[in-house]
Amino acid sequence: MNDTNPMLEMRGVGKWYGDFCALYDVNLKLQRAERMVICGPSGSGKSTVIRCVNRLEEHQAGQILLDGVELTEDTRNIERVRREVGMVFQHFNLFPHLSILDNLTLGPIRNLKMPKKEARELALHYLERVRIAEQAGKYPGEMSGGQQQRVAIARALCMKPKLMLFDEPTSALDPEMISGVLDVMVELAGDGMTMICVTHEMGFAREVADTMVFMDRGEIVEVGPPSEFFNNPTSDRARLFLSQILSHH
Amino acid sequence: MTDRRPPPARKKARFTPFDFLMFGILIAGMIYIVYRVDQVLVYHWEWHTVFEYVVRRDETGALVPNVLLTGLMSTLRLAFWGTIAAAIIGLVTGLCRTSSNLFLRSVARLYVELIRNIPPLVFIFVFYFFISGQIMPALGIDEFVRSASPESAAVVELLFSPIGLFSNFLAGVICLSLFEGAYISEIVRAGIQSIEKGQWEAARAIGLSRFNVLRDVILPQAIRKILPPLAGQFITLVKDSAIVSLISIQELTYVATEVAATTTRVFETWIIVGFLYFAVCYSLALLFGRLEKKMQTGRR
Repeated sequence: MNDTNPMLEMRGVGKWYGDFCALYDVNLKLQRAERMVICGPSGSGKSTVIRCVNRLEEHQAGQILLDGVELTEDTRNIERVRREVGMVFQHFNLFPHLSILDNLTLGPIRNLKMPKKEARELALHYLERVRIAEQAGKYPGEMSGGQQQRVAIARALCMKPKLMLFDEPTSALDPEMISGVLDVMVELAGDGMTMICVTHEMGFAREVADTMVFMDRGEIVEVGPPSEFFNNPTSDRARLFLSQILSHH
Repeated sequence: MTDRRPPPARKKARFTPFDFLMFGILIAGMIYIVYRVDQVLVYHWEWHTVFEYVVRRDETGALVPNVLLTGLMSTLRLAFWGTIAAAIIGLVTGLCRTSSNLFLRSVARLYVELIRNIPPLVFIFVFYFFISGQIMPALGIDEFVRSASPESAAVVELLFSPIGLFSNFLAGVICLSLFEGAYISEIVRAGIQSIEKGQWEAARAIGLSRFNVLRDVILPQAIRKILPPLAGQFITLVKDSAIVSLISIQELTYVATEVAATTTRVFETWIIVGFLYFAVCYSLALLFGRLEKKMQTGRR
């Protein structure tokens, strides 16, 4: 655990669903405080990559190192990794039977054995940051999608993660809700959070990303700073993708 | 916004003329049956004979419960312990069936399939003679209970059964709960599997252990969904407790068989017994209905 380690390193990672190859020879390095945006057509394996990082999916080839420690099958190793990596899902996945506050305090109370009062303060602090502190007593079903997603971000932050993973966080939102969520993410990036974000929000990518990764058919096709990626994509596949996704903007 | 028209009036559920016709036919049918029984079969109803087996007057003239009521109490005790044991068995095996461990999954599956594919009567006969013939003597249950102090013996009689019949009662509870547990297991499994994958993933993503994921996230949601079928299964358990009468446990059905034989008032006996079962089961249904409503107001 020294500062020379990259935060995350993937070496030749591969993953198959039956005969279908979801990831093939994926190599990535992510430094501390680096913001990475992964884009690509649907089914290109971008979600699978970040789901392998906290082992919601198991990789079958290669190595994944988080802060220098390799991800193994050992349950304790996996749970430790998950506590250090926050994840935000496309469909929020808040716990509907718990109040907003309880959604946030569950992790710290159970995993970090934090006293209830302290967990509550922590939760309120992060709810403040995502600008919904006044709704702490509500239930997820009573909130809009945008609010729920901001709660989900706060829930992940409550575990004080070293790395945040965003899996298409705005894809399930009504258009008028998107900017509120993106604002929170931009702020988070400004605070120096290390993050990987799978998204189609190219405006956000241009503004925030240090590194753009373009994937297609389970492979990384292109890696580079956004200025290069958006202006001079080197591969035909990336050029095609960009022309399709940007044609309506 | 100000001058919008009010919402249209709601449609009220209402009986149609056809419904009234059907009611009429049903009532006519019932009157005909009563007429047949009364006039054609010439059956002399003797309710009081059987009522004496429900409550009787002792020497001082006070009303005391007679065998049918004590039989009902046995049924309730049997159902109470059977429900608790079946719920535990069902929860554990249901969890095993959703486990990632192949061994646990196979064992739980074997149990469920074995029980669901054997008629309850056959299961009870085989199992009862195995349990009471082999296991109970091996454990020395009867000696243990008989050696109890008078105070604890009184407690045992209140909560379970007469001391001399304790191992018999225990065997009945085990049979009943093993049998119903298989069905509860299926309900629990279906409930757990009905919770969407995203809930598991979100709970795991914050680093919860499998135990905590189940306890804090999955089961509280699953229990709301499975409460109606679970309530149905518990009520079924009360009714199914009648089959242990076949292994001489003196619950309501067993006692009723004897009363019907001694009094020869077969109809009266079984109608009263049917009413007693109905009263218990319907009260349970109302209770569960209330619980369900209460849980739903706990918001989603």
